[in-house]
Formats: sequence, structure tokens, C-alpha cells
Amino acid sequence: MNEALSHHGDAHADSGAHGPDKGFKRWLFTTNHKDIGTLYLTFSLIMLFVGGFMALVIRLELFEPGKVLINPELFNQMTTMHGLIMVFGVIMPAMAGLANWLIPMMIGAPDMALPRLNNWSFWLLPFAFSMLGSTLLMSGPAPDFGWTFYAPLSTTYGPKSTDFFIFSIHMMGASSIMAALNIVVTIFNMRAPGMTLMKMPIFVWNWLVTAFLLLAVMPVLAGCVTMMLMDRHFHTSFFNAAGGGDPILFQHVFWFFGHPEVYILILPGFGVISEIIPTFSRKKLFGYTSMVYATIMIAFLGFLVWMHHMFTTGAPFAAQLFFMYVTMLVAVPTGIKVFNWVATIFKGSITFETPMLFALGFLIMFTIGGFSGLMLALVPSDYQYRDSYFVVAHFHYVLVSGSLFTIFAAVYYWLPKWTGNMYSEKLGQWHFWLSVIGMNVAFLPMHFLGLAGMPRRIPDYALQFTDFNQICTVGAFIFGFAQLIFLYIVYQACFGPRKQALTNQVWEGAHGLEWTLPSPVPYHTFETAPQIV
Amino acid sequence: MQRFIARLILFIGSCCLSLAAFAIPALNMPYGVSPISHQIYNLHMAAFYVCCVIGAVVFSVLIYSLIRFRKSKGAKAAHFHEHLGIEILWTAIPTLILIVLAIPATWVLANIHNTEQSQLTIKVTGYQWRWKYEYLDQGISFFSNLSTPLDQINNKAPKDEWYLLEVDNPLVVPVNTKVKLLVTAQDVIHAWWVPSLGVKQDAVPGFINENWIYITTPGEYRGQCGELCGVNHGFMPILVKAVSQTEFDQWVKQHQKRAEHLLKIESLTLNKARAATHVAHARNTVELNAHE
Repeated sequence: MNEALSHHGDAHADSGAHGPDKGFKRWLFTTNHKDIGTLYLTFSLIMLFVGGFMALVIRLELFEPGKVLINPELFNQMTTMHGLIMVFGVIMPAMAGLANWLIPMMIGAPDMALPRLNNWSFWLLPFAFSMLGSTLLMSGPAPDFGWTFYAPLSTTYGPKSTDFFIFSIHMMGASSIMAALNIVVTIFNMRAPGMTLMKMPIFVWNWLVTAFLLLAVMPVLAGCVTMMLMDRHFHTSFFNAAGGGDPILFQHVFWFFGHPEVYILILPGFGVISEIIPTFSRKKLFGYTSMVYATIMIAFLGFLVWMHHMFTTGAPFAAQLFFMYVTMLVAVPTGIKVFNWVATIFKGSITFETPMLFALGFLIMFTIGGFSGLMLALVPSDYQYRDSYFVVAHFHYVLVSGSLFTIFAAVYYWLPKWTGNMYSEKLGQWHFWLSVIGMNVAFLPMHFLGLAGMPRRIPDYALQFTDFNQICTVGAFIFGFAQLIFLYIVYQACFGPRKQALTNQVWEGAHGLEWTLPSPVPYHTFETAPQIV
Repeated sequence: MQRFIARLILFIGSCCLSLAAFAIPALNMPYGVSPISHQIYNLHMAAFYVCCVIGAVVFSVLIYSLIRFRKSKGAKAAHFHEHLGIEILWTAIPTLILIVLAIPATWVLANIHNTEQSQLTIKVTGYQWRWKYEYLDQGISFFSNLSTPLDQINNKAPKDEWYLLEVDNPLVVPVNTKVKLLVTAQDVIHAWWVPSLGVKQDAVPGFINENWIYITTPGEYRGQCGELCGVNHGFMPILVKAVSQTEFDQWVKQHQKRAEHLLKIESLTLNKARAATHVAHARNTVELNAHE
């Protein structure tokens, strides 16, 4: 492998260090992992504002009882689109963008193993989301059955635009499968000589596990939407009891994808946090080995808990018990991770730059989301929590202050490396504090709403829920508008004037191959593989 | 340091704001009026307290470290990064806590599944967007619709106390009676959820799910559909009226009379409607033939 790599490096040296094409062609035809990473991240940032705008429309409608802004039909379309965009259009592409940028630099590879495939996996996404978004402009409703699109609401009773939704899900799935395949092949074949699996950076480890999850469950999602398509147009009855099918089968198939999916959304984030906390604590990650095994354990258990989303569907007693116990068990490896992070901070030498702030915000808020997750695992209590705002609060704690905060942390952490420009620390701190306050004001009261009995996905509510809903809306607007600061910070770092020359290491406590490269990183890196001792 | 503490206070304050300043609306799950809802409530609180204790321990270590080991205070990083003993410890202790929590959860769940020895059976059917209740042994059946006027929803009239939670025909059940619910749906999946009774049961078209209620206190208990079921998902409330056995018997008698009466009218109108369809059909055929 070493020989092949150095040969590749020589070939490039001959032709001179050629830079990227100019203009639009650079981005359309690029096979460079850094460019594709940038594309993914930019796409994700745009979608964050699209999905965020929808969230604010939802919150505005829920500001008061009675009709405020939109009718229930549009409300359902907004919740559906918000969910789909945030999951498939923001978190997943952002994580894929981080993988593209970082994995080759972290394992000492010149690029991803399959660069053309890489280009294709990205470029499927804008088309998939254009198609999904176009349903909003069609006559008749856009998909309005929630991001979980339960049959028969989405099959027999689905709007015409559902077919476009099915096709766009197929495209997103194909994109994710190819990206995951590329990541697995890259990690297994292109590590620098000497980098054994147990010497890999923890971020790479987490992405490796995530990629396997993606490969296992994205085809299941594809199967699920294909069965929907068949039910809608080819007279099959997979999900129709009148024809011998079962609506609950849909939920089994969907959640067999859906539960590993939530670990797909969070595991790369765990990796990011495991890189950032040691850097700003100036201390090695506590329990590297147990971190790796905990990640694998979470992924494995993730396949065995799907029915905990279906406790109220009439699941048999034995199934409920099994899935309750396994779900509770997930708390053990997740707990190990949290304890290891705290132990890394303990007796460190801590500073509080923006990436560390977001990492700490993640640590506290994700733990709270984990607690509500543990409560949700208990079937009897779950009867009361299920499909109430308690669940909404739970998954926003683990996905907003979980996944999204880790993405923010990662961008702040590696942005100086990518752009050669230090972001504005002052604005970064503003962004963090406004985000963390907005996030908590928006989502903490949702716990109380859910416990008091407010169902999710309702466009209007009883008077007793008014106070908390108004607080939620205020928080959502603080959180939403705080993201404009982030946009400005990223713009400044990318296109603003260069303030100071950065060292290779950038952060005092940073370790890893990517920090041996100049800042900004050249277009091609590690054409000759480094030797790891 | 001072700046940090100020920020920390600001942050914690913002978290507690909604707790302290707005103590009037309900913060917690209702204790409810049935044995199951009490058991669920107790389990919920036990899990909550366990989480509080674990949270208190983890967050105190974290906050202590963040204050004590700051570089600006001259903290030097230690070099340890592994300790097998403590890792085994913090794998074993959570596992034990989970086992302790799983025992009562299993017990309550077994109680929920025990639908035996019920004294009354009611079939609950979810429709887009209303509920149908059928008292199988009494021969009573009726639909239960939202009765909040549209003007209130469109802000043209002041909203009632039970805005969106009022129905035309409530489900009436006797207190201190084990009532078995057979829950199903006509079109899409709905969920019959009344928090005070500790029941949420999905209504799945083509399948019948069993659950049960046992109400100890007379009163009105309200709930809503718990599963997204289309445009008017937010507008199909549930109202359960728990009354004494004698009142219930009276209610049953009244309804049986009314049911008989309604049945007569219904069969009459049905015949009329059928006749009308035949005429319309015949007319269409004639028109079609004319077109050809």
C-alpha cells in the first residue's frame, strides 16, 4: 500500500501541484475530498435555514390557541418537511461533510478511496431535496404524514405528491449508501502505514461504525418506501389489513431503519466530542479502548431496540419486555461515554474556546436527553409519554443539543485548519450562549407540556397549554436567529481578510495527523503517506 | 472567572425560568384516577428521581472540574488516561440501577396486560376524525365528535374553558368497574389517550387491541388522539364521564330506547337513500346512452 501511495504522490509531483478548476466546474466535477466536504457542509448549512424557517412557522402557529398563521393542512406539511429536512438534509450531510474533510487527513490518506463515487453521492442530494421541496409547490398537499410516514396515512390516504417523496427518499438513500461504502473502503484500505485500527483517531472509529450502520439500514428504508410505492400503485397490500397486510409491518420495517438511524445521527458527533474535549483539557482521552467498544456496543444494541417506538401499537407483553430491557441496556455504553468524557476533563488544564463550549453544552444537554430516553424506555411510563411533547422534547435534546451542537463544535474546531483563518472568538461565544439559552427555553417546557398531556403534531391546542407554548416559541426564535451569527462567522472565516498566520497545530492541545498539515491545508495532502509510530 | 460564573448563573437561571415564574400550569404527569395511572405515575417519579441522582453526581463532578482545573488558574494537566477498576465500576453500577428500575416496570406492565375479569366491554373505533363507542353487551353505539364551535377555532368567538376538549357525546362508564376496551380504527391509525386514566392505545385499522380502565373517582376526564391521523388530528378529543353504577344503569336505559328509535328512522332513510341512488343510476345510464 505504501508503495502505491508514494507512486501516486510522485505522479502528482511531476505534473506540478495543480490546483482546483475555476468557477462552477470546480464544484460540479470535483473529486477532491476537501471540495466535496465543503459542498456537503454548505448544502447542510443552507438546509439548516430552510428547515429552521419551517420550525419557526410551526412555532408561530403554536404561539396561541386558535388559528394564528397557517391552516392545519399546511401545518402538517411543515412538521413533515421540517423533520425530513433536518434529519436527511442537515445532520446527515453535515456528518458526511465532516467525514469527507477529516477522515483522509486523519488517517494520512491523499483522498477518499472512491473519489468519483464521492462526487456522485453528494450531487444526488441537491436533486433529491429539490424534488422533495417541489412538492410544496404542487397542487394538492405536500407530504403531510409526519417524517415517520406511517401507513396507511401515507399509502391509501397519502397525497399525490407522496410518489415524489418516495423517489427523493430513494435518492437520499442511494447517496448515503455510497458515502458509507466509500468511508468503509477508505478506512480499511488507505490508513497510513503503522496506523492500526486501535491507533485510529476516535472520530474515524465512530464514523467507521456509523458507516456500517448506514450500509445495514438504508436498504431497509429503500425497501420500506418501495413497498409503499407498490401499495399505492401496484395493488399490493403490504400495509393494508383489508388485503391481508398489516399497518404495523410498516412500523417494524421503518423503525428497523429508524432506530439505527438515530445512532447514525449521533455517533459521528460522539467522535467529534472525543476529539475536542481532550484538546481543550490538554489531556489524553480517558479510556480510548472502552470508548471504541462502547460505540460498537451502542451500534449493536441499536439493531435490537426498534420496537420501543411501538410500545402502544398493541405489541405483545413478551416483546415489550425484551425491547424494554435492551433499550435500558443502551444506557450502559452511553453512560460509559459520558463518564469517560468527564474523566477526561477531570484534572485537565481547561480553556473555554467556542468548540469546547459547544462540546460542554453537548455533554450536559445530551445527558439530559439521555435521561428522558431512559424514562421513555420504561414501557408503562412510555404509554403516557409516547406521541406527546415529552418525546418531542427528548429527541430535540439529543438531536439539537446533541448532533447539531457537535456539528457546530466541529466546524469551530476545524474551521481554522480548513480556511487558515481564525473565526471571531467573541462572536462564537455569543453564538454559543444564545444557542444554549434559546435551545433550553424552546425545548425544556416541552417536557412539561407532554407530561400534562399535549399530543405532538397538533396545529392547535387546549387553553391549559398556552403559557408553555408561548415560552417555547420565544426560545425557538432566539435559537433560530442566533444561527445568523453562525452564518456570519463562517462567512468571515471563509471570505474575510486573513487576520493572523496560524500554526500547523492551531490549538495548543491538538493532536493528530490533520494538525501536522499547514493551515489552510493545501488542496492535496498526504500524497506521500506519513509513517505512524 | 467572574465572567464565567455570571454566565453560568445566567444559563442556569434561563433553564429554571420556566419552572419558577410559571408555577401555575401543570408541570408533571397527572396522578390520575385509576390504579394503573397511579402505578405509572409512581414509576415515572422513581425513574425521574434516579435520573436526578445520577445527574447530580455527574454534573457536580463536571462543574467541579470546570471550576477547579482551569488553565487560567494555572492548572496543569495530569497524565492518566486509563483505569480499569473505575471503568468496571461505572459499567456495573448503572447496570444495577437499571435492574432495580426494570423490576417495578415489569410488574406494572404485567398489570396493564391483565384484561381478565372485566365487567363491561366497550369497542372504541377511531375514524377520521371522531371516535365511535360501542357498548357490546348493551347494544349502544354512538359517535363522539368535537363540539367546539368553528368560530372559536378561527378566533371569531371567545374560547371556552374546554376549548378543543369538548365533545357532543362523551363516553360514559361506571366507577369502580373494570371496563375492557377493544380499540380499533376504520381508516388510518389513531390512538386513544386519556392521561388521567393512564391509557394510551393505538387504534389500528384491521386489528383489535385490548386495554382496560378502572376509574375510582366520578368525574370528567379528557384526552386527545395520540397518533397523527391527518388534517384534523388535533380536533378529535376524548371525554370520559365516570358516574356511579345507578346513574350508569339509567343512562344505559335511556340510550337503549333512543337507539331503538334511531334504528327505525335510520332504516327508513336508508331505504329512501337506496331508492334515490337507483333513480340517479338509471338517469346516468340513460344520459350515457344518449351520448353514445
